[in-house]
Amino acid sequence: MSKKRIIVVGNGMVGHNFINTLATSEYASQFEILTFSEEPRLAYDRVQLSKYFSGYTAADLALTTESEYNEKGVIFTLNDKVVGIDTHAKTITTASGRIEGYDKLVLATGSYPFVPPVPGKDQDHCLVYRTIEDLEAISASAAVSKTGVVVGGGLLGLEAANALKAAGLETHVVEFAPRLMAVQLDEGGGKLLRRKIENLGVTVHTEKNTKEIVAGEECRYRMNFADGSFLETDMILFSAGIRPQDELARKFGLELGERGGIVINDFCQTSNDDIYAIGECALWDNKIYGLVAPGYQMAKVAYNHIIGNLITHIPSELAFKGADMSTKLKLLGVDVASIGDAHGRTAGSQSYVFNDDIGEVYKRLIVSADGKKVLGAVLVGEAESYGTLLQLMLNNMDIPGNAASLILPATDGAAAVGLGVSSLPDTAQICSCFDVTKGQIQEAVRNGCHTMGALKEATQASTGCGGCAALVKQVMDAELESMGVEVNTDICEHFAYTRAQLADIVRVQGYSSFEQVLEGHGKGEYGCEICKPALGSILASFNNEYVLKDGLIGLQDTNDIFLGNMQKDGTYSIVPRIAGGEITPEKLIVLGEIARDYDLYTKITGGQRIDLFGAQLHQLPEIWKKLVDAGFETGHAYGKSLRTVKSCVGSTWCRYGVLDSVSMAIALENRYKGLRSPHKIKFAVSGCTRECAEAQSKDIGVIATEKGWNLYVCGNGGMRPRHADLFATELDDDTLIKYIDRVLMFYVRTADRLQRTSVWMENMEGGLDYLKNVVINDSLNICEELENAMTKVVGTYQCEWKTTIENPEKLKRFSQFINSDKADDNLAYVRERGQRRPATELERIELVDLNSK
Amino acid sequence: MSNWVSVCELKDITPGTGVCALHNGEQVAIFRVSANEQLYAVSNYDPFSKANVMSRGITGALGGRVMVAAPMYKQHFDLATGECLEDAEVSLKVYPVRVNAGQVELG
Ligand SMILES: Cc1cc2nc3c(=O)[nH]c(=O)nc-3n(C[C@H](O)[C@H](O)[C@H](O)COP(=O)(O)OP(=O)(O)OC[C@H]3O[C@@H](n4cnc5c(N)ncnc54)[C@H](O)[C@@H]3O)c2cc1C
Repeated sequence: MSKKRIIVVGNGMVGHNFINTLATSEYASQFEILTFSEEPRLAYDRVQLSKYFSGYTAADLALTTESEYNEKGVIFTLNDKVVGIDTHAKTITTASGRIEGYDKLVLATGSYPFVPPVPGKDQDHCLVYRTIEDLEAISASAAVSKTGVVVGGGLLGLEAANALKAAGLETHVVEFAPRLMAVQLDEGGGKLLRRKIENLGVTVHTEKNTKEIVAGEECRYRMNFADGSFLETDMILFSAGIRPQDELARKFGLELGERGGIVINDFCQTSNDDIYAIGECALWDNKIYGLVAPGYQMAKVAYNHIIGNLITHIPSELAFKGADMSTKLKLLGVDVASIGDAHGRTAGSQSYVFNDDIGEVYKRLIVSADGKKVLGAVLVGEAESYGTLLQLMLNNMDIPGNAASLILPATDGAAAVGLGVSSLPDTAQICSCFDVTKGQIQEAVRNGCHTMGALKEATQASTGCGGCAALVKQVMDAELESMGVEVNTDICEHFAYTRAQLADIVRVQGYSSFEQVLEGHGKGEYGCEICKPALGSILASFNNEYVLKDGLIGLQDTNDIFLGNMQKDGTYSIVPRIAGGEITPEKLIVLGEIARDYDLYTKITGGQRIDLFGAQLHQLPEIWKKLVDAGFETGHAYGKSLRTVKSCVGSTWCRYGVLDSVSMAIALENRYKGLRSPHKIKFAVSGCTRECAEAQSKDIGVIATEKGWNLYVCGNGGMRPRHADLFATELDDDTLIKYIDRVLMFYVRTADRLQRTSVWMENMEGGLDYLKNVVINDSLNICEELENAMTKVVGTYQCEWKTTIENPEKLKRFSQFINSDKADDNLAYVRERGQRRPATELERIELVDLNSK
Repeated sequence: MSNWVSVCELKDITPGTGVCALHNGEQVAIFRVSANEQLYAVSNYDPFSKANVMSRGITGALGGRVMVAAPMYKQHFDLATGECLEDAEVSLKVYPVRVNAGQVELG
């Protein structure tokens, strides 16, 4: 049977989603998939487009790659617009003249920004906000502008305003309607949003109808409004709504809506049965859906219908039934949510309003005539109840208890009325971005996902906008409880506490020894290999004493106890600190001489330092004496502590560098060296956005920009690589260090044992936003304390090896035998590529044979 | 077992740690789990990693049994009997050990 041919016009978010579903399905081998994109690249995450301004690259935003498409056999053509359809011959024509036949054609052409027909709108610095190229143009224009105006105070317009403001422009928003976000918000909500946004320094002009754009006097342009007033600006961004991209349908006779949009039925078929339309170009029940989730739903429906039609010949029952347009987002840092019938247009509906001018919170709840059901809501300034309200509405559930309490702040004693997740039906959609139901989450929990991190990975729930995170966690916890899994977070049998709780206990009680903690808060008289190192690390984080001190030495794990990394044969590797990867030739020679004299296997590490392997216990002090004399310090490669701060060469030598990354890396490494933490910590500093130091794969990543440092947090390489998240931008040196101090100390205090920063942050309720709030806005009022704690650690640093070689009592332990100078006779080596390595078991037998002959 | 041999002084073993002694050609790990004179002695050879490293493990207790965790891969061994808690097939040789006038003696 020959393959069926599917052509997808447009490779945007929805087109890609459709292709991905088809290409990874069990039927994939029966299809040939072609896609054409007018844009110069494959699909990217348009929803996150604004992140481009905060340092995300096109690669970060990409939803797929060319090699992934090649692997899946998807044939793609970029930069080639489809311009013709022959519905009889079933072919399409592209701008470059290609003609291709199809069995089914899928139009996923999205939409384009609407620019009001104002005279003067086509000038150089009049731009729109839809593609990566648009953003590049905006960046370029902003660089030569002082003032910027966004035309349109809707959701996208405010996002655009945020971008202009971040680019340092004096920013204005010009809106035709009497209030901001007129579609989603009521008057009260719009008013508060305006106040908040104006407080941030964005000027809002409502009820302004732009008549023309002419040359300005102070600025590049002047916008003249119908009411006679005017505004001067250097650039203009139009964000006045979107229009479905229905050009092809229009030209080739498919049915359109009165005001545009390609008409589709419940199976996403257009008026031609072999042509489907999905995403923002499609019109269902006379409605365009300008969000990505409904588009994904359409893609799923179309996929099922095509499979039923071409392959299984069983008609698909999955139909598109419209979609909920509720949204929750953060605009210029303000929480805004709109649910269902936000305007109370349902006949007989009634509403509750909560307005707090002081705390700047506005909430309106719209309920049915009988007061029993939630119909809609508007939340501005605080939107925590979004998940609960949305579920009540979507599932048409009775309001539990007093409706007003759904929007009233929780008062002491009275817990906020939450929604018992147990009352939700299994079919309730919890994550709308990825269409994950309560039932699917429960199943994943039953299959072993017992943490938010695992659950996200398995189901994708809460990995889109993140608005459902709290609810997902509730479903998880409830399921765990019903499974009878007592979620035991005790660190071990000796302490009924988590690491974070132990850290609190140590801090509050001011303990300085394991025995004190065990006696006051633990069980038994010995502890074990779990709680001892954990408390060793906690005590070190707070008190920063010499780790081999009596009383502390027994808490040190395998590597720490001899200040080296134990290798498979019981010998150690030695890693001196080479801060920032910078080393003088003299020091390099010392390392070479030591390695040669002791026949140490030598290898360059990933963290820009040098690892010397195969030192026996008794050799460690001698070697370290030489290293310390030559000016080296311990590298803490053995500790759960700061490892390295990798850097590129930066502006001192590199012709692209914008800041001195090496100096910053050295300063950071010297500041945090020796800090004991729940797991190892790695940093990197890049001198420009080319990012040669790979900072975005580190716990703490710093990237230089023309305007200062961008800070990334919570990335890692290793087993489960994770890109770091952009945390703050354009920082000066002091603020950078202040934020890092806070993030690290907060991590040290609150993470679990052996939890990397990535998992720590992913499991934190509220995630990145919460962490930002704690660190940048000091929401817990602990920043001063965190900084003081860090200052103490920095001030009490000592090189553990220097202390050790100066202490003859401590050196006694550094030998294989307490009663003999002999070496361990069990060591055996072979030479490979000019260096030695431990013999394998087989080689050992041969070596012994040789020796005995 | 009359042949007690002194290998070091008690104060050479910091409470909470172990040392290794060469005893009749065998490597013996001696542990002092707390500040008192109670000592334990087992073979220094880790049967899992096949390296002579047991004396460098962390000591403690699990379910009331005083144990050492192998420093390489963290299997637990009962210090009194030498049994491996994870694998009944494996055990460490146990040696008689005592403190006599401040001296640590192996038998
Ligand atoms: C700044 C911004 C923020 C947003 N934020 C959110 C949000 O928070 N939540 C949310 O749900 N949605 C958001 N959206 C909307 C979301 O991005 C869209 O709903 C989604 O991208 C629609 O996907 P699509 O595939 O239908 O269209 P698109 O992603 O626009 O893709 C259509 C593609 O088809 C191409 N094309 C068009 N015609 C042709 C042709 N004839 N031949 C070849 N190629 C063609 C286009 O160039 C384009 O690449 C946002 C949009 C923007 C711009």
